[in-house]
Amino acid sequence: MNLVIREALLAFRRAPLLSALSVTTIAFSLFVVGLFGLVAVNLQQALRDVAERVEIVAYLLPGAPIETITLAQKDIEAFPEVQAASYVSEDQALQRARTELVEFRDVLQELERNPLPASIEVKLKPRFRDVDHVNDVAERLRGFGFVDDVRFGRDWVEKLDRLRQIAAAVGLVVGAAFAAVAIIIIGTTIRMAVLQRSREIAIMRLVGATDGFVRRPFLLQGALKGMLGGLAAVALSYGAYALINRWLIHAAFFSRDQAVAIVGFGMLIGFFGSAASVGRHLRKV
Amino acid sequence: MIKFTNVFKAFPKGGLALKDVSFHIAKGEFVFLTGHSGAGKSTVLKLIYAEEPATSGEVRVSGFNLAEARRKDIPRLRRRLGIVFQDFRLLEDRTAEENVAFALEVTGARRASIPARVMRVLTQVGLAAKAQAYPRELSGGEQQRVAIARALVNEPTVLLADEPTGNLDERATRGVFQLLRDINASGTAVVMATHDLDLVRQAPYRVIELQEGALMYDSAVDEPRDEAASP
Repeated sequence: MNLVIREALLAFRRAPLLSALSVTTIAFSLFVVGLFGLVAVNLQQALRDVAERVEIVAYLLPGAPIETITLAQKDIEAFPEVQAASYVSEDQALQRARTELVEFRDVLQELERNPLPASIEVKLKPRFRDVDHVNDVAERLRGFGFVDDVRFGRDWVEKLDRLRQIAAAVGLVVGAAFAAVAIIIIGTTIRMAVLQRSREIAIMRLVGATDGFVRRPFLLQGALKGMLGGLAAVALSYGAYALINRWLIHAAFFSRDQAVAIVGFGMLIGFFGSAASVGRHLRKV
Repeated sequence: MIKFTNVFKAFPKGGLALKDVSFHIAKGEFVFLTGHSGAGKSTVLKLIYAEEPATSGEVRVSGFNLAEARRKDIPRLRRRLGIVFQDFRLLEDRTAEENVAFALEVTGARRASIPARVMRVLTQVGLAAKAQAYPRELSGGEQQRVAIARALVNEPTVLLADEPTGNLDERATRGVFQLLRDINASGTAVVMATHDLDLVRQAPYRVIELQEGALMYDSAVDEPRDEAASP
């Protein structure tokens, strides 16, 4: 095993230019994937922020006893989709209207009778903020006897759903295309490294090296290059992110797991790219 | 130890590289493989070290029947052979010592034993003083000695040499040939493909001559020929 590590590292020293070139190629290929990933991550974040505002409001009939409402509120909070349900009394509703609708302050001040109904505002857990679940919960809220009407901005939630679907589809297709391009470029780079050492491979085999012995340093080396390329790609992405953050818009960066996934992706391509290249080469000699 | 029985080898694009070749080389023999370029000398050697399979006939080497040997058996066969080429085939970015050690490392030899074994063969080929030199710093003759040291370090039973003196001047040729004779004298069989007939005449060794893929003459079987008749 020592020997495998030594041979793998020696290759970096023996062909520093080619090694640097492959790492750079891998880094930039993954950087493109990473940039796209950043866009995807931020788009998702934005959609999540928007989805934060998905809310179902159940307006209550006047005169419903507060005990019943409190019990119902407990029931609603126990729905699996529900994150929180809060009761807004008539007075609170008016209070809120006064602070939020400044232009109408005078009108609201002069009211003899509070025209606003009490309500229960229901917030769903993030993964249930789509049209089907919203509809479903709204339907159940209508079932309560003291509920007059239920509103949730159907059009808006439907649009949000479509946006999410489009984002997911585009993300999948474009992401897969970028990943495929990265795999092809990295595979070619690694193949070059193998071909560059074809003489050495031939000599190894002549002096009695087994296929496994020939292969192992290449696999390790491929994985190492992929890892270095992946780390560089994460660093480049961070640079791009920092610039965007500073000059353009406030953006989010990869989570730790996502960054690790990029490096891991690089390692995997490096490893399997090497396995394929060396395997193909060995079958020929 | 090396036995060819009715061996045929077809070129990939048609035609025969070897036609019905049979011979037997015993342990410790020194055999010249002669013939013009393209006569099939290299093909015979390639069949011996299992670089290529015979099209038909049987090739046995050091206990292996090569028709039955699988790909994973080939490294084990090659570790029993030492192979030397006209173009040396050294790794340019490793020193003489590292080139020789490489042949031990790939076979999984015990790490601690490697330096001593390497120095022993380098001494045997007369290059102990240049162990740290890279191939480009060595003359052709010296590079071939490194290649021979690499071939010897696994203590092969046979040394295969494909035109080992083809790229060398006369002086280096004599030196390398003498080295091969010494190696043979210590018990290793040597099969040397060459078209240098001066070399062949110098020594009383067995000669197998190929012509257009067919075995024309084997001094172990046929009547000795007079000088004039030899090619």
